[in-house]
Amino acid sequence: MAISRRQLLTAAAGSTALTAGFSFPAPAQGSSIKLGSILDNSGLLDIYGKPMVMATAMAVEEINGAGGLLGRKVELKQYDSQSDIALYTKYAQQLVRDDKVDVVHAGITSASREAIRQTFRRANTLYFYNVLYEGGVCDRNCVITGTTPAQAVEPIIDYAMKKWGNKIYTIAADYNYGQITAKWVAHYAEERKGTVVKTDFFPLDVADFGSTIAKIQDAAPNFVVSALVGGSHMAFYRQWAASGMNKRIPLTSTTFGVGNEHLALSAAEGDGILIAGNYSQEIPDAANKEFLARWQKKFGDTKIVHEIAVSQYHGIKLWAECVKQAGSIEREAILKVIESGAAKVDGPAGLVVIEPKTHHASLDIRLMVVRDQKLSIIETAKQRPPSDTAQYCDLLKNPNENKQFEVKI
Amino acid sequence: MDYLAVVLLEILYMIAFLALISAGLAVVFGMMRVINLAHGEFVMLGGYTTIASYKAGINIYVAMLLIAPIVVGAVGLLVERLIVRFLYGRMIDTMLATWGLSLLLTGLVTLIFGNTAVSVPAPIPGYQIGRYQMGGYNLFIVAVTILLFLGMWVVLRYTRVGLIARGAMLGADIVSALGHNPRIIYMLTFTIGAALSGLAGGVLAPLTGLLPSVGGAYIAKAFITVITGGAGIVAGTLSTAGLFGTVNQIVSFASTPVIGEIAMLLLAIVLLRLMPQGVTGRFFRNST
Repeated sequence: MAISRRQLLTAAAGSTALTAGFSFPAPAQGSSIKLGSILDNSGLLDIYGKPMVMATAMAVEEINGAGGLLGRKVELKQYDSQSDIALYTKYAQQLVRDDKVDVVHAGITSASREAIRQTFRRANTLYFYNVLYEGGVCDRNCVITGTTPAQAVEPIIDYAMKKWGNKIYTIAADYNYGQITAKWVAHYAEERKGTVVKTDFFPLDVADFGSTIAKIQDAAPNFVVSALVGGSHMAFYRQWAASGMNKRIPLTSTTFGVGNEHLALSAAEGDGILIAGNYSQEIPDAANKEFLARWQKKFGDTKIVHEIAVSQYHGIKLWAECVKQAGSIEREAILKVIESGAAKVDGPAGLVVIEPKTHHASLDIRLMVVRDQKLSIIETAKQRPPSDTAQYCDLLKNPNENKQFEVKI
Repeated sequence: MDYLAVVLLEILYMIAFLALISAGLAVVFGMMRVINLAHGEFVMLGGYTTIASYKAGINIYVAMLLIAPIVVGAVGLLVERLIVRFLYGRMIDTMLATWGLSLLLTGLVTLIFGNTAVSVPAPIPGYQIGRYQMGGYNLFIVAVTILLFLGMWVVLRYTRVGLIARGAMLGADIVSALGHNPRIIYMLTFTIGAALSGLAGGVLAPLTGLLPSVGGAYIAKAFITVITGGAGIVAGTLSTAGLFGTVNQIVSFASTPVIGEIAMLLLAIVLLRLMPQGVTGRFFRNST
């Protein structure tokens, strides 16, 4: 790729601006450690991306504030992919070829992760994906701190089927996340002798759900599972509430709240939606309260802090812990720490431990219900493992594995 | 039985939706033969005007039914005076200029409101048909569309202004010879077209939510509705909106909304192949 003078100047100006932002005493020796990040800071997916970008800046600032890593400063290379997959591939190339970063924390949608994962694998650049997803990625170069279906889908299905019955209607975003998550919904339902009466998929720009809402009523399920994603799909929750369905058929979601949907909807529209995940601002622990206080001090508004912003924060802090333990920023040295089972961080959402076999995280899972624009916690399961991915993936035995497993229905 | 009523209501809503987003374009394209590629952005501006006014504490109905059309109409007037009036009769140049304008408007709105999805809550509660719950706001959109098209038809058919406008559309020279200035007629027509687009954007804002780039989603549907409709503004737009809305929803109910959309586009291709002059080129030839 040729770089024009203008691009070069912009990049140079950008990186000076970034460096100028951190007014910490420069650590004495060595050049800085480079941390690359690509996130959707604008566009259809910015409800997810913006807080993640802030969390990234905050984590890096905290690491530098505590004296950096191995006596070196961490320098952040942040790129805005503008909800455009093509920009992910472009910036991924830029991170490995021009910026030559030491680690990458990037990607929001599963489509974006799959667009860039192989680039980092080929370049031997350690890659962290810090978002809840559909599970199954088995790649030694890729570390995942978000939840998987065994953690975020199974508890919902379990609780909802006990409470409401065994007939399920699934609606999901039409790309790999939604499709594979829908399979897991069916899998966990079948394990409990339930049935998914119908599954509908929607491209990310669909905003009219009138016919779907009528079809759901016609199928008369005991509850609905939504794996909808992004700004346009918000229209579903709005139209669902506008037709009064929120009072008639219980709604659960694997994604709701992750994009702060509960803030965009009024309390009357959102109340009662059941979700499961790693983080809620209502977590009463001191670690969470201090995290929110620091966020308040740096950015002001804490209302926008959501699960995957916290995941991103966990991911960067966890990587920093690994660097300290390894005494090196080399990929192999860090992977050795991870594969010894010693990679962990105690963050705002509790303990996060990377499992050596899958490079996925064991973490605390909370069953939550939307109340008054808040995610109020019903119950917490400590240290739930990523058992879905662990069924297929053993990186200790097959370190060269490089694929994403899917559940067979 | 209830289910049939639900399907019919959803079809009615889709017809109203298509007619509403096409009204402004139909007036501008039908009367002036100007292809306004910034039409989708006019609709988007109407939505943002509504949301901004609502957030400023103005009653939602005033915001969508009055402020949105007035503001977007004013933008339309400005655009006509500054850009479009120099390009009458030069179709390709107009398309280029208005396409540039659409990019500019998207950029400006992104700058002001940010590239973020925004929305207002629907002001009308749901209602019940048998065992089904329906969105009450959809009915409001249907009502607005019916009134709007009724108004357009009455004005074009039975008023002197409408007569002059239809005259200018058929033969600008003759109207000019009778002492009316076609330039002023065009200016007013473009302004009214823009105002109608603003109204559509305002009324639809509570249902769909808004992004600065949302115009792209509207313009494709508006164009196929208007072009397939042909020269008759009211009859053409309503007949194609009726056809497309029905096919879209029936297929959506039978399969998924995506396939419904595909079916609608296929139908448009077939119709244009059979009737290159549009539906009103063959049927309802003497209608408005």
